[in-house]
Amino acid sequence: MQKQLLPFVIAILGVIAAAVRVEAHAFLVRAEPRVGSKISKAPTEVRVWFSEAVQANTSSIKVFDVTGKQVDKKDTHSDRANPAVLCVSLIAALPAGSYKVVWRVTSSDTHVTDGNFHFQIVP
Amino acid sequence: MRFFEKVAVLILVLIAVGFPRSAAGHGFAGARFFPATLSTDDPFVNDELSLPTVSTIKTEEGRETAIAVDVAKRITPNLGIELGEEFTVLNPKDEHQTSGFGNLELSAKYQFLTNAEHEAILSFGAEVEIGGTGQQRVEADSFSTWTPAFFFGKGLGDLPGTLSLLRPAAVTGLVGLAIPSSASTRTTDGEIEQNPNVLQYGFALEYSLIYLQEQVKDVGLSAPFDRLIPLVEFSFETPLNRGESGQTTGTINPGVIWSSKYIQFGVEAIVPINKRSGESVGVIGQVHFYLDDLFPRSLGRPLFGYR
Repeated sequence: MQKQLLPFVIAILGVIAAAVRVEAHAFLVRAEPRVGSKISKAPTEVRVWFSEAVQANTSSIKVFDVTGKQVDKKDTHSDRANPAVLCVSLIAALPAGSYKVVWRVTSSDTHVTDGNFHFQIVP
Repeated sequence: MRFFEKVAVLILVLIAVGFPRSAAGHGFAGARFFPATLSTDDPFVNDELSLPTVSTIKTEEGRETAIAVDVAKRITPNLGIELGEEFTVLNPKDEHQTSGFGNLELSAKYQFLTNAEHEAILSFGAEVEIGGTGQQRVEADSFSTWTPAFFFGKGLGDLPGTLSLLRPAAVTGLVGLAIPSSASTRTTDGEIEQNPNVLQYGFALEYSLIYLQEQVKDVGLSAPFDRLIPLVEFSFETPLNRGESGQTTGTINPGVIWSSKYIQFGVEAIVPINKRSGESVGVIGQVHFYLDDLFPRSLGRPLFGYR
């Protein structure tokens, strides 16, 4: 039976050995403000760390208030020091309330992922 | 060359040669990532390789251990085919151990709906277990069985904020009808065995800590816990005719999946729902490769229609 299972092992090792790429779907690792957090001071930007480098020109972060009004400056850009970090500036002095961050990113291997989360500014 | 040797060679050749083109998401509907489930077939079409899936359970006849491989390939972004084979080891009570290959399984699936906003996936497909391709000593059927099936997946990410802690939950499942090509067959000891049509159905309830951490609330989970998806799978079969109608068998499988960038590991207990389904708790484990992430510019892309 051990001989019969040998091809299994060869195939597994073959897949692993051939997988030389370091690209994949980009997942959110963390964000600032943090996902689902309550903060007392209005942030000036939203910054999201992804698991992979993302293409800034085909990726976006949008921030909306409870009425659906977009409150970011539509200037999604990557961090110069880290291509896996995407940022967007917020309009000045956001009032207290709940905000929804909607992100959609293209990783360097062209996979597209998206997601959203909320944060709250409390008085 | 034996079947698994052929599969191994085929995989390696495809990897080596590749066919440069470009891929879409796999197991995704909007913000929802659906993992590949172990005991019930998942609803999405993708490029994936389960190698191996190992299960063992004690039944009325004795212990049965299976080692399976499944490879799925997208033909177009929404249409995929799958090839599966299983090596079975039987330890019958008071008899010698025997082992061998089961019948080859071929299937096709079409994902006709993907709703990002509601994290929903619907698909239909058909599988054929090709009779006579396996070995009789492990009870591989001499006849083929066709199974058309409907698959679904739904994430709860669209729940209102007041129920936010339920948003990481999701359900996937299937309903299919297994139709044997032969109503009855003669066994090796001369008995006539009836082959009923069998309703197959099952679902998986999942709670994604990945989703919780990324979309709902950063609760501070660190690796490896931030990539865990606890789940319970329910898998049932009910014969519909030929003297066996209503004799449902099935298992309830609680477990966990850990998903990384390229690979996922899953392990579940197999809890039989009655004596016909098993005599004690079994176990199933799986190593599953995301071919679209491993080989995004070659093997992991649909053959046609990629944009």
